Amino acid sequence: MEMPLPDPEIIARKAELIDRLRAVLPDDAIISDANETRVYECDALTAYKCPPLLAVLPASTQEVSDTLRICHEMDVPVVPRGSGTSLAGGALPTADSVILGVARLNEVLETDYDNRFIRVQSGRTNLSVTGAVEADGFFYAPDPSSQLACAIAGNIAMNSGGAHCLKYGVTTNNLMGVTMVLMDGQVVELGGAYLDAEGYDLLGLICGSEGQLGVVTEATLRILRKPEGARPVLIGFDDIVVAGACVSDIIKAGVLPVAIEFMDRPCIRATEAFAGAGYPDCEALLIVEVEGSDAEIDEQLETIVRIAQSHNPVELRESKSADESAKIWLGRKSAFGAMGQINDYMCLDGTIPVSQLPYVLKRIGEMSREYGLDVGNVFHAGDGNMHPLILFDANKPGDLELCEAFGADILRLCVEVGGCLTGEHGVGIEKRDLMTDQYAPDDLDIQMAVKDVFDPKWLLNPAKVFPLDASDDRRIAAE
Amino acid sequence: MTAFTPKTEAELAQIVTEAEAPFRVQGGGTRPIGGPTNGAILSTSGLSGIELYEPGALTLVVRAGTPVAEVEKVLDAEGQRLAFEPMDHRGLLGTEGEPTIGGVVAANISGPRRIQVGACRDHLLGVRFVDGQGRIIKNGGRVMKNVTGYDLVKLMAGSYGTLGVLTELSLKVLPTSHATGTLLFEGLSDEDAVKALSMALGSPYEVTGAAHLQRGVDGAPVTMIRLEGFENSVAYRAEALQKQLAEFGSATLETDPARTKAGWEYVRDVVPFQTAQGDVWRLSVKPGDAPGIVAALPGVQALYDWGGGLIWLLVPEETGITGTQIRAALAAKGGHATLVRGQSREVFQPLNSAVAALSAGLRQKFDPKGIFNPGLMGQAA
Repeated sequence: MEMPLPDPEIIARKAELIDRLRAVLPDDAIISDANETRVYECDALTAYKCPPLLAVLPASTQEVSDTLRICHEMDVPVVPRGSGTSLAGGALPTADSVILGVARLNEVLETDYDNRFIRVQSGRTNLSVTGAVEADGFFYAPDPSSQLACAIAGNIAMNSGGAHCLKYGVTTNNLMGVTMVLMDGQVVELGGAYLDAEGYDLLGLICGSEGQLGVVTEATLRILRKPEGARPVLIGFDDIVVAGACVSDIIKAGVLPVAIEFMDRPCIRATEAFAGAGYPDCEALLIVEVEGSDAEIDEQLETIVRIAQSHNPVELRESKSADESAKIWLGRKSAFGAMGQINDYMCLDGTIPVSQLPYVLKRIGEMSREYGLDVGNVFHAGDGNMHPLILFDANKPGDLELCEAFGADILRLCVEVGGCLTGEHGVGIEKRDLMTDQYAPDDLDIQMAVKDVFDPKWLLNPAKVFPLDASDDRRIAAE
Repeated sequence: MTAFTPKTEAELAQIVTEAEAPFRVQGGGTRPIGGPTNGAILSTSGLSGIELYEPGALTLVVRAGTPVAEVEKVLDAEGQRLAFEPMDHRGLLGTEGEPTIGGVVAANISGPRRIQVGACRDHLLGVRFVDGQGRIIKNGGRVMKNVTGYDLVKLMAGSYGTLGVLTELSLKVLPTSHATGTLLFEGLSDEDAVKALSMALGSPYEVTGAAHLQRGVDGAPVTMIRLEGFENSVAYRAEALQKQLAEFGSATLETDPARTKAGWEYVRDVVPFQTAQGDVWRLSVKPGDAPGIVAALPGVQALYDWGGGLIWLLVPEETGITGTQIRAALAAKGGHATLVRGQSREVFQPLNSAVAALSAGLRQKFDPKGIFNPGLMGQAA
C-alpha cells in the first residue's frame, strides 16, 4: 500500500513541536520516545505499520483544540485514533504525523432517561456506554464486534454498525450531537439532546468521515430501553440459494428480526471444530433473533419457523431458554476466532443487495479455487453486509499480496452487483485504491471538496479514503 | 415566469450547466417553506417513475419527481411503507399539486413515527443529483449498510435543494404493521402529558407515536400513544403500558384501523392548525423542555409530537410574539425553530458562526454559481 513520503522538514522540527505542545499539555500526555510510539504504529489492520512522529493523549476538548491549533500552525499532519481497532487501517500513522489519541476522554457527562440520551466523552468504549445505563434497563444500540475495546470516537469516524442494526440502525442513526474540533483548533457544536439538528445535516456528514473532517471529543447518543427478552432460532439448509430465499421471505412476511446472521459450510466446519456449538454440517446456516415478551417472541418465531419449514430445512432449532440461546450464538460469536485458528485471515465487509446473495457466494467460491485460497463466509444477511474471511499464510512470501488481490476482486464483485466496498469497517487505506471502482471522478471530487471546506490544508488523517492520485492536486496545493 | 421541466437527468444537467441565472428548485411545489426565491422554476416533476423495488430486500429506487402517492401505492401492494411517515403539507400551507418523493427528501420530512424508526434521512440509502456545475453525482447506494466514502446522502436530505437538484433516491422501506392500537388519555396538562409520553417511550413496549394535543377534536386535551405490530402483541403492550401509566388516569384503547389511521394523520398533518389564523412554527427541542418553552410564550397553541421533542406552535397575530422571542425561549435550552407558515423572512434557525461558515463553504463548493434557491437556508455563493 503506497503512502505519501514523510516530509523531512516536519521531522526536523520535532523538538520545536514538542516544546510547543508541552506548553499546552501535561508532560505525560506527550509520547515521543521511539519505543513508546511503536504502540501506535498500526491498528487492527496489522499488515501495515509505521510509527508516528509523536503521540499525544489530550484529556479535554481544550487540550485537543490546542494540539490541533499548534499542528495546524506548523503544518503537521494529525491522525486521530480511538482505540485502534480499525480493520481498514483508518488510524495508520505516517512517519511525519502526530497520533491524537482520545483514550483519556472517557467520562460520562450526562445521563437522561426521561429524554433518552447519554452524553459522553468520545474516548469512552462502546460497551461501557451501555455499561453506564444498563443497570437502569437501557442500552446503546450499535454493537460492533469490537465493542469491548472500540471507542465512540472511532464508531463515529467509521459510522460503525453491528449485528443488531437491521432493527436499530448504525451509528449515524443513533447520534444526536457532537462537540468537534476542527483542524485549526476551532470548537464546533452540532446538534444536541433534540432530533434533526438545524441547518445542513453536518452531523450526518461527519459520521463516517474517517476522522478527516474534525476530531469529535464529546457525543450525545440516543439510548433505548432494553427489550423484555430476545431469542434466536437456528435454521440449516442444504442449499445457499434456498437460505437466501428464506431470508427474503421472512422479511417480506412483516417480521422484523433484530438480527439475521448467515454462515456457510467452511465457516460452520471451522467453528464446530473450534467451539463445538453443535451446528449441523450443512451448506448454509441462519440465526434469526427476535425480541419482545415471551409471548411476542413465541408468536414471531412461529411465523419464522413456518416460513423456514416451507423451504425444507435440514435443521430447525428454536431456542426456549437463555442457555439454548447462548448455544445457538456460540458458534457465530466464535467464528472469527475459529477461522484465525486455521490460519491468518483477512476480513472484508462489502455489502450487496440481498437478492444477489446466491450469485455472489457462487462467484466467491469460484474465485477461491482460482486463487487457491480458502474463504469462509459469515455475515449479516438481513442487510446484505458480507464478511468473507480469506485465509492466507502471512509467513509465506506473496500470500498476503495474493489475498489482497482476491479481496479486491470480491469487493469489485460487490460493486458490480449493485453493492458497495464497505458496509461498516470503512475505507481507510485498505479500500482506498478501490474507490474508483465505486465512484466516478466527479463523485470523488465533490467528496474531496467537502474535505477542502473542513480541512483546507489536508492535514487530518492523511492518505486515507481517497486514492492518492485522485487527491494529489489538492494535497500539493495545500502544502 | 419561465419554468424548466427536464424529462431526463442528462437534460437537467444540460440546463444547469448552461444556466447563468438562479433557479427555484421544486418537486410538486407543495412545500414552499422559506417563501418563494428568485428565478425560474426548475421542476423535477418530469423525472418520475420507480426504477427498482425489491420487497424482500426492503429497498426502493425511485426518481425524484415521482408522486409520494404513487410510491405509497406501490409499497402498499406489497404490504410495505415509508416508515418515517412523511407529512403532507398541503392542508397546512394551502398549496395544491402533487407532493413528490424528492420534495420529501429535500426537506427531510418525517412524521410521528420518526420517534421510533428515525427520520427521512435515516431511510435514505443513496442519492443521485445534479450539482451547481451541472455534474451528475452519485453517493451512497441501494444497500442498507454503506460507509464507502463521505455520506453526502445525509447532507442532501434536508438541504432544501440548495446544494443540488435530486434526480434519484434509494430508500429503505419497512413492512406495514398488522395491527395498530392508540392509547388515549384525556385532560392531561402539557407537563403531565410529556411525562407520560416520556415514560411510554422509555418503556420496552416500542411506542411508534407519542403526541399531545392541547385541544383534541372535541376541544379537550388528548394524549396519544401508538403501538404497532401483530395483534396479540399490540394488545399485550397496551395493557402493560396502561398499568405503567396508571398515575395519569385511565386510558382508552382505539384499535379500529380507520380511526387510528385518521388520528395519526391528524397529528402528522397538523390538522388542528390548518384553518386556524396565525403563523405556524416547528420546534425541535429536548422533550422535557417542551412544556416550559410553550408556557413562556403566552397566547400560543401547541401540538406536541415525538414525545414532546417536536412542537408545532400556532402563533396568532394578536399575541405579538416574534420569531426572535421564540428563538430566545429556545436559546438557553438548545433546539431550533423553523417558520413553516407565515410572512417573516427569518424562516430557518440562525446558525452559530462556526457552523454557518462550514455551511457556506459547502454551499460554495456544491453550487459555485449560486443558482440553487439563492435566498433559502442562508445565502448562496
